[in-house]
Amino acid sequence: MHRYIPNTEADKRQMLDSIGANSIEDLFEDVPSELRLGRNLNIGEALSEIELSNHMNALANENNSISDLICFLGAGAYDHHIPTTVKHLATRSEFYTSYTPYQPEISQGTLQIIFEYQTMISNLTGMDVSNASLYDGPTAAAEAAMMACASTKRKSIIVSKTVNPEIRKVLHTYMKFRDLELIEVDMNDGVTDVEKLKSMISKDTAGVMIQSPNFFGIIEDLTEVEKVTHENKALLISYTDPISLGILKSPGELGADIVVGEGQSLGTNLNFGGPYLGFLAATKKLARKMPGRIAGQSLDVDGKRAFVLTLQAREQHIRRYKANSNICSNQGLNALIATIYLVTMGKEGLREVAARSTQKAHYAFEELIKKRKFKPLFNKPFFKEFAVTSEFDSRMVNKALLKSGILGGYELGKAYPQYKNGLLFCVTEKRTKEEIDKLTGVMEVI
Amino acid sequence: MREYNSLIFEVSREGRKAYSLPKCELCEDEINEIIPEEFLRTSDSKLPEVSEVDVIRHFTNLSNKNYGVDTGFYPLGSCTMKYNPKINEDMAGILGLNSIHPYQPAETIQGSLKLMYDLDKMLAEISGMDRITLQPAAGAHGELTGLMIIKAYHQNRGDLKRKKIIVPDSAHGTNPATAAVAGFDIVEIKSDDNGAVDIEALKRVLDDEVAGLMLTNPSTLGLFETNIKVIADLVHEAGGLLYYDGANMNAIVGITRPGDMGFDVMHFNLHKTFSTPHGGGGPGSGPVGVKEHLVKFLPVPVIEKKDDKFVLDYDRSESIGKVKGFYGNYGMMVRAYSYILTMGSEGLREMSETAVLNANYMMNKLKEHYHLPIKQVCKHEFVLGGLEETSLEVSTLDIAKRLLDYGYHPPTIYFPLIVSEAMMVEPTETESLETIDAFIDTMIKIAGEAKENPDLLKTAPHNTPVRRIDEVRAARQLIVKWEDE
Repeated sequence: MHRYIPNTEADKRQMLDSIGANSIEDLFEDVPSELRLGRNLNIGEALSEIELSNHMNALANENNSISDLICFLGAGAYDHHIPTTVKHLATRSEFYTSYTPYQPEISQGTLQIIFEYQTMISNLTGMDVSNASLYDGPTAAAEAAMMACASTKRKSIIVSKTVNPEIRKVLHTYMKFRDLELIEVDMNDGVTDVEKLKSMISKDTAGVMIQSPNFFGIIEDLTEVEKVTHENKALLISYTDPISLGILKSPGELGADIVVGEGQSLGTNLNFGGPYLGFLAATKKLARKMPGRIAGQSLDVDGKRAFVLTLQAREQHIRRYKANSNICSNQGLNALIATIYLVTMGKEGLREVAARSTQKAHYAFEELIKKRKFKPLFNKPFFKEFAVTSEFDSRMVNKALLKSGILGGYELGKAYPQYKNGLLFCVTEKRTKEEIDKLTGVMEVI
Repeated sequence: MREYNSLIFEVSREGRKAYSLPKCELCEDEINEIIPEEFLRTSDSKLPEVSEVDVIRHFTNLSNKNYGVDTGFYPLGSCTMKYNPKINEDMAGILGLNSIHPYQPAETIQGSLKLMYDLDKMLAEISGMDRITLQPAAGAHGELTGLMIIKAYHQNRGDLKRKKIIVPDSAHGTNPATAAVAGFDIVEIKSDDNGAVDIEALKRVLDDEVAGLMLTNPSTLGLFETNIKVIADLVHEAGGLLYYDGANMNAIVGITRPGDMGFDVMHFNLHKTFSTPHGGGGPGSGPVGVKEHLVKFLPVPVIEKKDDKFVLDYDRSESIGKVKGFYGNYGMMVRAYSYILTMGSEGLREMSETAVLNANYMMNKLKEHYHLPIKQVCKHEFVLGGLEETSLEVSTLDIAKRLLDYGYHPPTIYFPLIVSEAMMVEPTETESLETIDAFIDTMIKIAGEAKENPDLLKTAPHNTPVRRIDEVRAARQLIVKWEDE
């Protein structure tokens, strides 16, 4: 008898009798005997709540979480503040124990939230339409690339080397197996080399993907990129950090056709990398080419406003043989979290989070540079992340920081061999002056 | 309770706020002194302005318009809507397990890596596979990863002509869609009269261009593919590989294993079999298991144990690459791992046995009132073909909508495609005899209503927050965001 299985032996007996079976074994007579496991799984005995809890806490004790460490690590996953409303509302089980809103009459909660999410993502990015979310930023980038290829009927994507290497890796995998081409364009002083881009782009280019703020935290100037992309009738795919849109010009205003990004910073905790939230928004012209789910507004038979999945892509309706995407779910719970986050922060709150992260990052940068041991890697305007270098091995620097309880920067040499000693630091609104001074203090005496 | 129909944008009032941030002594420089003006936003972000109590009431009211497993019975076939144990949520909420940055140094994440390493071992034991990647984010994502591995396997052998994936006509829609996205051509084969793979039809399409076969076992009809060994041998003899769609695994845990049936690669749905909540449509988690000959193609990184320390191994030259950022939906892994530990080996077997018993009990009771196209023992789910009496012009959709009036989430409808008016019922093991009986009684009552008062069904639902919605209008007008009039 297991606590998650209500039926007792007596219940089961009654049910077997009703079926006309002698034992449960009769119900498995269609499984050939040579395929039977014929032993217990080697999983061990069931743990009680107390035993499980002790076991899991012991595992947690083998980690150092960012509740023990001061986090200056970013590079695609960010330690922003999560307002308490998120926890209290996202743990309502009417939300998290439901499934895809297949039956809209009893899923208006989920559907209206997707509609509100789409509205806020559209407005933030300056685009006409947003879908209901995708797995994460990197897969959203891959979906955008495939969407660009499908809608232009071309087979090549150009991506800047200033796009997060994690994203480019996922892009490579998706494109390779689809027999599509992915070309990387070089960078110059931490930004996309526009002259090189001009020499590479052609009538075969389906899309150009630029991240801004880019992997190094630098705000890319998209003016020239937009011009040359559209001159070649390719699509401009912008990858962005939604927090930055509290203060920065929206990709829509800069001429993007598709905007994608990672929505983790909108209230989802770091979770060792997942589940996160991919968002994808586009111009009206591309609305019907978008992958994934979309919620739309309609009326019910009584003329009442109601929401429903539209342009449906789900298990039963997905275009079986002509699919351009096989996505038939969304990150519903993370989209809910992002919605609660954006509603809680509101217009002014998001602006303040973005501004404070920028101001604090610049303070950290100035303090560090002042002490002369570390030099800026680039000389460009940046948002909440910045890259520095020194004569010291970046791993050694991080080890020293860790000893002082600080989670240091991303070691750039892992993805950019030319920046062997480079470190990418991130400062969010959560960091205090004391914490930043501690960081620069430890780095000064290395 | 008062009806609540507001969008948050309609609640918004200029100047209200729901957030608090500490005073900032480092924030004296104006943003336009730090960042050039041309990069700064001039347009309105149009985010709402509401108070904290507005936020709480808005989402609480919306939650009341939702139906979840915690609300009631949810026999949605193929989706395994079992109870989501609360202790798993608590475990996933432990700060030391969830407040971890994915790029932390290995020495600071040994607990999480150990958990993932052990989960890999457990899933391998449960499935009979040799190695697991936890990276894929959902079932369909697992399928894509699996097919990429199959492609890499053939390419690695220099066998470049294998462009076809065989998919039965009963398959989940994602199977052919995934094959298309992975760059394969799809060959559909018809099922036989019992909904099983037609062996002769299979033989006719097997040739040296076949990369593999995708199969669900039990099938989408809830029936065990008894010839699976024969099928596996035929595909292997033709040089192809077998892909197992793990959607229906809740029927077989502890009883038989895909690895022993002859499958080479498979995906799990942690959000089905292993109880992680469906989250209103996600996040899921779709780990992929492979046999030894495919291990080298798994996505990077793979977690390895070296000198008693766990490490993320990226140095794998034949890997297909990365399919997702970081390492997968780790939060779901913590829940599934907790679930497996709380079930234990006996509990897992009892899970599948009870799921199958519950389904057979329901099928047996309902077959007198609804059309049962294939009359044999089912596994964890079964498929009905609408009302026994077809002259009534009451559709499966009408029955589903009437179930809403009685407070149930209806079964999956119009799937699989090979059964007309299909209703796919999956009770799962976490429902009591009383719950199941009450649902059966309701289904029988509805069958009676269909005869006496069919209009009652055709106009259902009657007592839900909204009634039938004009879906054509939604697609034509395409209003997908709120705009101020």
